[in-house]
Amino acid sequence: MEELSLHILDALVNAVEAGASRMTVLVEEDTRADRLRIEITDNGRGMTQDMVAKVLDPFYTTRKTRHVGLGIPLFEAAARQCEGALTIRSEAGKGTELVATFRLSHVDRAPLGDMASTILAVLLSERQVDMEYVHRVDGRTFQFDSTEIRKELGTIPFSHPRVRNFILSFIREGEAELRQGSLKKKITGAIEGEVEGKEQSEWRG
Amino acid sequence: MARLKSVEELKKLRVEAQRDLMVRTQTGTRIIVGMGTCGIAAGAREVMQAILRELESRKIEAHVETVGCVGMCAQEPLVDIEQAGKARVRYANVTPENVPRLIEEHLIKGKVIQEWAIGRLDARKIQ
Repeated sequence: MEELSLHILDALVNAVEAGASRMTVLVEEDTRADRLRIEITDNGRGMTQDMVAKVLDPFYTTRKTRHVGLGIPLFEAAARQCEGALTIRSEAGKGTELVATFRLSHVDRAPLGDMASTILAVLLSERQVDMEYVHRVDGRTFQFDSTEIRKELGTIPFSHPRVRNFILSFIREGEAELRQGSLKKKITGAIEGEVEGKEQSEWRG
Repeated sequence: MARLKSVEELKKLRVEAQRDLMVRTQTGTRIIVGMGTCGIAAGAREVMQAILRELESRKIEAHVETVGCVGMCAQEPLVDIEQAGKARVRYANVTPENVPRLIEEHLIKGKVIQEWAIGRLDARKIQ
């Protein structure tokens, strides 16, 4: 998939279908350690150890309408091709925790992408669900929790156009602020790298 | 501070949104977007965004919902449109570019786009 947020959406739709009423997504970017970690937890019906073992197999699905379940294997392939891994821990009746890791600067790592659209797509599910999204970049944190919004809104549904727009712009603005912080560092890094390269070529010359 | 500001914004939004809520709940139009792995990989999230944008720019009242895989993976993205008292119509291979025509013809003119539709479910059978 072109964005990691699409893999995250896929995992969250799985959670909704597993009866979850609340999901948490934690995205941690650590530029010094060069790692990206995505953790998705839900309070759905969970899986037995047998099912957990099978879920990474693309030819396994609980569905009856088709015979392949590509979502988790695709997510795992994305992590593995970036010197990372995907692990799933689950307990029947309690919920599931999925952790995917990546080398942050890996050339094949897809961008995180449009998390605002991913979260909105989940909040517009047929059944009422809530989710918390925490994004950390080098210790800076952006946090979104739909239960807080629901509390303020009372009976107004998330599908209301003004609420949808509020959610999208709240997340987009928060993400942009986080990015601005890390972008400054990246630009500095690029400038330093350039100077280094120049010095080397001058020395060689 | 940012958080306090957003809570105030939400309180204001609640009062304003409450006024038109009654009208909205009575319109009975649902647009359902398949959001399984197959749908997501084929661009369903972008189709959903295009639908939301189109509804907003034309000031159309409709409930947009997402569901998991519908079972016709090769035809994704799939979008169902259901209007009160009418048959539910399923459209296949929907792209963001198709969305304006879909909204214009199906929702505004009330005409099913035959070449894009792949199924129809009788209103009584949905209940």
